Amino acid sequence: MLFQPINKNYHEFCIERDPELCINCKVCVRQCSYEAHYWDEARQKVMHDNTKCIGCHRCEALCPTAALNIVKKPSDFRTNSLWRPVFLQNIYKQADTGGVLLAGMGSPVDIPVYWDRMLLDASQVTNPSIDPLREPMELKTFLGAKPRKVELATDKKTGKVSLKTKLTPQLELDVPIMFAAMSFGAINFNLHRAMARAATECGTYYNTGEGGLHKSLYKYGEHTIVQVASGRFGVHRDYLRAGAGIEIKVGQGAKPGIGGHLPGEKINDKVSETRMVPIGSDAISPAPHHDIYSIEDLLQLIYALKEASEYKAPISVKIAAVHNVAAIASGIARAGADIITVDGMRGGTGAAPAMIRDNVGIPIELALAQVDQRLRDEGIRNNVSIVAAGGIRCSGDVIKAIALGADAVYIGTATLIAVGCTICGRCYTGKCPWGIATNDPKLSKRQNPDIAAKKLSNLIHAWGHEIEEMLGGMGLNSIESLRGNRDKLRGIGLSDTELDILGIKHAGR
Amino acid sequence: MKRVYPDKEYCIGCHLCEVACITAHSKSKDVIIAFREEQGKDGLTACKKVFEKGDICVAISCRHCDEPSCVAACISGGLHKDPETGRTVYDREKCVGCWSCLMACPYGAIKRHPTENKIVKCDLCEGREGGPACVAACPNQALKYEER
Ligand code: SF4
Ligand code: SF4
Ligand code: SF4
Ligand code: SF4
Repeated sequence: MLFQPINKNYHEFCIERDPELCINCKVCVRQCSYEAHYWDEARQKVMHDNTKCIGCHRCEALCPTAALNIVKKPSDFRTNSLWRPVFLQNIYKQADTGGVLLAGMGSPVDIPVYWDRMLLDASQVTNPSIDPLREPMELKTFLGAKPRKVELATDKKTGKVSLKTKLTPQLELDVPIMFAAMSFGAINFNLHRAMARAATECGTYYNTGEGGLHKSLYKYGEHTIVQVASGRFGVHRDYLRAGAGIEIKVGQGAKPGIGGHLPGEKINDKVSETRMVPIGSDAISPAPHHDIYSIEDLLQLIYALKEASEYKAPISVKIAAVHNVAAIASGIARAGADIITVDGMRGGTGAAPAMIRDNVGIPIELALAQVDQRLRDEGIRNNVSIVAAGGIRCSGDVIKAIALGADAVYIGTATLIAVGCTICGRCYTGKCPWGIATNDPKLSKRQNPDIAAKKLSNLIHAWGHEIEEMLGGMGLNSIESLRGNRDKLRGIGLSDTELDILGIKHAGR
Repeated sequence: MKRVYPDKEYCIGCHLCEVACITAHSKSKDVIIAFREEQGKDGLTACKKVFEKGDICVAISCRHCDEPSCVAACISGGLHKDPETGRTVYDREKCVGCWSCLMACPYGAIKRHPTENKIVKCDLCEGREGGPACVAACPNQALKYEER
């Protein structure tokens, strides 16, 4: 325990065990996947090694006597606003290893969260609010290209009117919230199954991520969006036809410009079968699609996928929120995509180089406002739906995203938090103590799909109710009336430039 | 009859069911007193045992079998089948500590009392409001108390 190399002493957490409460039941010993707790034979009691704790709080949650408290290590470095402790710790690590620093989950960096700088409107007197418990509220959302105008045909003999305009395929959502792309492999089968079940129960969609779709989940296909990413893992005709929608992943908010890497340890027999890669081999998805170097190339892939799905599934293109995102989105819309997903820099991931995660990309709020505005200005907003992702934390964020121009949102990190994730950020180790980002059979059991599916659908239902309440408060009875309705938003403490980018007025105006 | 069914698929081997069992069968009904005092003094033990091998864990307790081998093996009448509730009932007074039941049980669901010549066996938390304590405590719903 003692006499650690110097960098070991800069561990982040300390385990506090209240000796009055601890009954030495060893539950903490069995729950800690980092082996920070152990049974000390000599002392005949449970002991711990602070240097091993990564702060997942699993032991704390399961201790039957609430004897544990996981705290930040109280001894800190000398206060220095330039050399914050994280920089020192990183340098110590890299001086030892010479390697790239990896990180899991979204960036913890303190960049402005514009959701928190925007306030919603509420109606008073003249345009009264609506009580969602008494009046019907419509959250139904359709994703896909909408016709510019609708033509009707009248049958000369019967006088019956029918729709002449041919509608493109749509995804029908009962609430404007979907489960974001998280691949089977990055998260385990229990959770993939739970997401599929919850999406089906809530009338929404989950996204396979880049990992294929296990055959046993094809039955949830009507609520599945299948992803095609650069590695093309698990992509074949039946897969493309199994989902209700297809998403081409170009970029990811948590690591724009970076490919994916699923370490060999996570590739068990089931993952191998689904991804079509050998057991135990690393699955590396390159940063670029090697057949896409221009909008024309993207167009070809979009139409290849439309062909493959017999024009029955809308095609989405997912990009990371980066500089000039609006122009990129315009190109994607013109290439024939039905849906554009914009993923902001606060999106989560299983593993990313920490420097990329914390320094590349832009917040989703700014990207979303710009994409919506640009598509409107160009008169092509109806050609595509916009899905916003990357750091949606609550129903308030959802409703603000919709007022800023999104048709729907994806939730990823919130989905994982619902089933226990404490954002410990060690997803890349394969030792996820909550049984989420792991395929270790002993750990993935910690997710009972019955419990997980229930929690996920509870979350969606709860947010749905809150959205109805907020809409009612604004005097609106359908989510459609809020979409892109920026007059319902006001900024607080934002500069003129920020207000201009978001396209909203300052509070008080 | 309703029985406790373990699910090895989702048992995470935390042993919280045993903690709950001990507390439910303690005099104090207080987890800390039960472990600190009653365990050592009175030999308080869980009626159930979590078996583990590799990734597989499963929490076993008396199955309250329809035709219990333990009852057939019992030489003193310490175990009998309650025809009304269907439970396999243990009468501590009559038990002579011969361990016949322990050897007869095909599930290994009967334990020796650590300090006395008696056995320890699941009584489905008779009289406990909310049913068996282990089922209520299991964090992963790996125990189900139901009719099958
Ligand atoms: S789980 Fe709690 S009571 Fe049990 S040994 Fe650990 S700290 Fe002690
Ligand atoms: S379970 Fe998590 S919080 Fe508890 S000691 Fe282990 S790493 Fe630390
Ligand atoms: S998924 Fe698991 S490893 Fe990753 S942050 Fe959440 S709890 Fe930690
Ligand atoms: S409490 Fe549940 S999960 Fe834990 S050991 Fe007992 S049966 Fe298994």
